[in-house]
Amino acid sequence: MSLFMTSSPHQHVKRSTATIMRLVMLCTVPGIAAQTYFFGWGTLIHVAIACTVAVVTEACILELRKRNIELAIKDSSALLTALLLAISIPPFAPWWVTVIGSFFAIAFVKQLYGGLGFNLFNPAMAAYVALLVSFPVQMTAWTPPAQLAEQNQSMMDIISIIFTQFSEEGFSVTQMRAGIDGFTMATPLDEVKTALNHNQTLTEAFSAAQFTSINGFNPWTWVSLSYLLGGLVLLQQRVISWHIPLSMLGGLVVIASVFYLVDADHFASPVFHLVSGSMIMGAFFIATDPVTAATSNKGRIIFGASIGLWVYIIRNWGGYPDAIAFAVVIMNMAVPVIDYYTKPKAYGHDKQRTHSLNNQNGGAE
Amino acid sequence: MNAEIKELTWQGLWKNNAALVQLLGLCPLLAVTASVINGLGLGLATTLVLLGSNCTVSAVRHFVPKDIRIPVFVMVIAAFVTIVQLLMNAFTFSLYQALGIFIPLIVTNCAIIGRAEAYASKNPVKLAAVDGLMMGAGFTLVLVLLGAMRELLGNGTLLNGAHLLLGDWAKVLKVTVFETDSPFLLAILPPGAFIGMGLIIALKNVLDKRIENLFEQPEAVQEIQRARVTAANMTD
Repeated sequence: MSLFMTSSPHQHVKRSTATIMRLVMLCTVPGIAAQTYFFGWGTLIHVAIACTVAVVTEACILELRKRNIELAIKDSSALLTALLLAISIPPFAPWWVTVIGSFFAIAFVKQLYGGLGFNLFNPAMAAYVALLVSFPVQMTAWTPPAQLAEQNQSMMDIISIIFTQFSEEGFSVTQMRAGIDGFTMATPLDEVKTALNHNQTLTEAFSAAQFTSINGFNPWTWVSLSYLLGGLVLLQQRVISWHIPLSMLGGLVVIASVFYLVDADHFASPVFHLVSGSMIMGAFFIATDPVTAATSNKGRIIFGASIGLWVYIIRNWGGYPDAIAFAVVIMNMAVPVIDYYTKPKAYGHDKQRTHSLNNQNGGAE
Repeated sequence: MNAEIKELTWQGLWKNNAALVQLLGLCPLLAVTASVINGLGLGLATTLVLLGSNCTVSAVRHFVPKDIRIPVFVMVIAAFVTIVQLLMNAFTFSLYQALGIFIPLIVTNCAIIGRAEAYASKNPVKLAAVDGLMMGAGFTLVLVLLGAMRELLGNGTLLNGAHLLLGDWAKVLKVTVFETDSPFLLAILPPGAFIGMGLIIALKNVLDKRIENLFEQPEAVQEIQRARVTAANMTD
């Protein structure tokens, strides 16, 4: 038997940044497929626009900064950012929304801070917040599921809508968004929020058209479940650890359950909160960004749970129906503090000793 | 004397710009620069106050006991702010309303008390006046530039609402660069001010560096001889 003596590090990770980025992108495929199935071609077109703009912007800024362009483009991080941003944008949003968002994400949120690894905020989410604050009308123009839409939505129609805001047959976005009853439809979260603001109970809110189920589930639930599938693959492949997704979903479920048990007429059930909006996608694909999330396992649990808490707070008492982006950006700001207080102890130093050392130092001062 | 005035001008407008280098008076700067005219209005008001307070502080500098000079300066500045506020209330009422609380808040603008303390209280009236004027002009320029950036990005216009400051004839000054139904709110809201300000400061730093490099004599590259001691050499 031969024994090899090797020096640390003993763990050899063979994956490069590029491989990880591509794996994550691959894992969004089920989610994007579901989104395309239910909400039409718009998502794919926005993904294409966003990716193009992101790569061009990244190349231009790297040229300005006199950095190695090829290396940075090849790691695919800009592509992933663009992808995550594009799938958060409503399918009928005009093209310039995606262009501005992509540019903002790469130029301002990522490169101005020093590029990959130095950015304080999650580029996709910071850009999403910038877009949502700037263009609330376009950014909330979610459509009814294609199956329920009154107008025909061919690929050419969608392209025409995105670039001119009118379909091939001359219908405007508002007309295209009309459901079978001629009502403009919002997302379930939006609908619930509006109904509650009008002093309706949740039961009344849930009778609205967008809660019609297709193949047994609400389409939004299908999209969430598809992202869950991709997320589980990421977990299984050990691209991400369980701490952030689980604590984030757990944080939301705990607080949602408390309020649901107290007043089920005015606070939606935890399950509804879990599968609505971009909660699942956010938990697995957004909050787990290794650059902007907390780094220690304990820190990750605090980070994730706080995001879940913020999501619930903003969804219920904030001005916007969904809150993943806001919650992630807020907690991104808290990451340095979380990291500071959850520093794992170094091997060979027991807690008590460092503590007493600190005390001695404190005494000396 | 002329050299001193030249130096003051250069310091006020560029090298020691109140907004870009000293980063003073940021609160009104960031808050009101949603349009060119708002920026210009507040800039002019600040310049007037700065001019008046610098002259007065300089004129009374021999009579003010050192221990209570700061309260005295603040009183002088507050008096001038009140004058400007009443004037704007009388002659440019709409702009007065648009700028709101930020006109009385000129009192707390650190750029003004900073100049009173650092320059006017130690120099003759004439120089203090030039200093106040130039500092104010530098501040105004930044306000107008930031206002232009934000108005252009946000609304696609320039000098919108010029009549509020200059009278009804000025309505023709409005330039519409592009028409938009959905304004880029981020540029008009506070984040736009912070980002825009950061970009302007970065631009100034880049220009400074360029100018420095331009005037710097290219030094002759010195050949440095080093004895290379490597394993390969050792075996030779």
